[in-house]
Amino acid sequence: MDGKRREMLKAGGGVTLLSLLVAAGWLRPGDAMAADWNKAAFETKSMDETVKALGGSTPAQSKDITFISTPDIAENGAVVPVGVTSAIPKTESIAILVEKNPNMLTATFDIPPGTEPSVTTRVKMGQSSNVYALVKADGKYYVASKEIKVTLGGCGG
Amino acid sequence: MADPMKIRANVVGDSTEVKVLMSHEMETGQRKDAAGKTIPAWFIQNVTATHNGKTVLSAQWGPAISKNPFLSFKFKGGAKGEKVQITWVDNKGDKRTDEATIG
Repeated sequence: MDGKRREMLKAGGGVTLLSLLVAAGWLRPGDAMAADWNKAAFETKSMDETVKALGGSTPAQSKDITFISTPDIAENGAVVPVGVTSAIPKTESIAILVEKNPNMLTATFDIPPGTEPSVTTRVKMGQSSNVYALVKADGKYYVASKEIKVTLGGCGG
Repeated sequence: MADPMKIRANVVGDSTEVKVLMSHEMETGQRKDAAGKTIPAWFIQNVTATHNGKTVLSAQWGPAISKNPFLSFKFKGGAKGEKVQITWVDNKGDKRTDEATIG
């Protein structure tokens, strides 16, 4: 009898502690931070793997994707400006990939309706390489590439 | 705590152009220090921009984004005096939110 009461107390205490932790935000169910970052995609080493990890199939070459304010020759591989604009209707996301970096995928941008399918950022490049812009539009994948020559590597080289 | 971001938001035609300069090391996890030990990766993973409570851009970044990252994009709508908020979260769980007034 007495033993059972102990158990009850223990069980009750456990539940309270857990709900307190949830309430305090220590244990968030389905933590947004971990779920929002596609770890698998950022660890891929080839175009096909990356597209697969992003949930697509082989992308089609497209002339409607253009690189803006992107140099042909970058003096400093640590800071290479890359801008991508997509003229494909219903563009949903834009990804930037650098072929010869340790991991190809550099960034993905989700473009909600109302935002122009055009983003600019700066990336690191270890060596001269092709840079790919991968665009998802209306559920399909499209790609364009541009070669950027790097005179000084981004990894202290 | 990380340094504040520099955010500029300007009305251009019927859209708002946002330019953000963040302050972050963006360590790749590939470099080694003087003692030959690998410097652990430390980079921004998620960036979200909101305007009037609506997300106008969300991004996932890898470590190959340059140190002190720069980002620029445009969204339709937005009027002078309204606010644009930018939030980033890095792989250590650090986060920072800054806002700018559209000018």
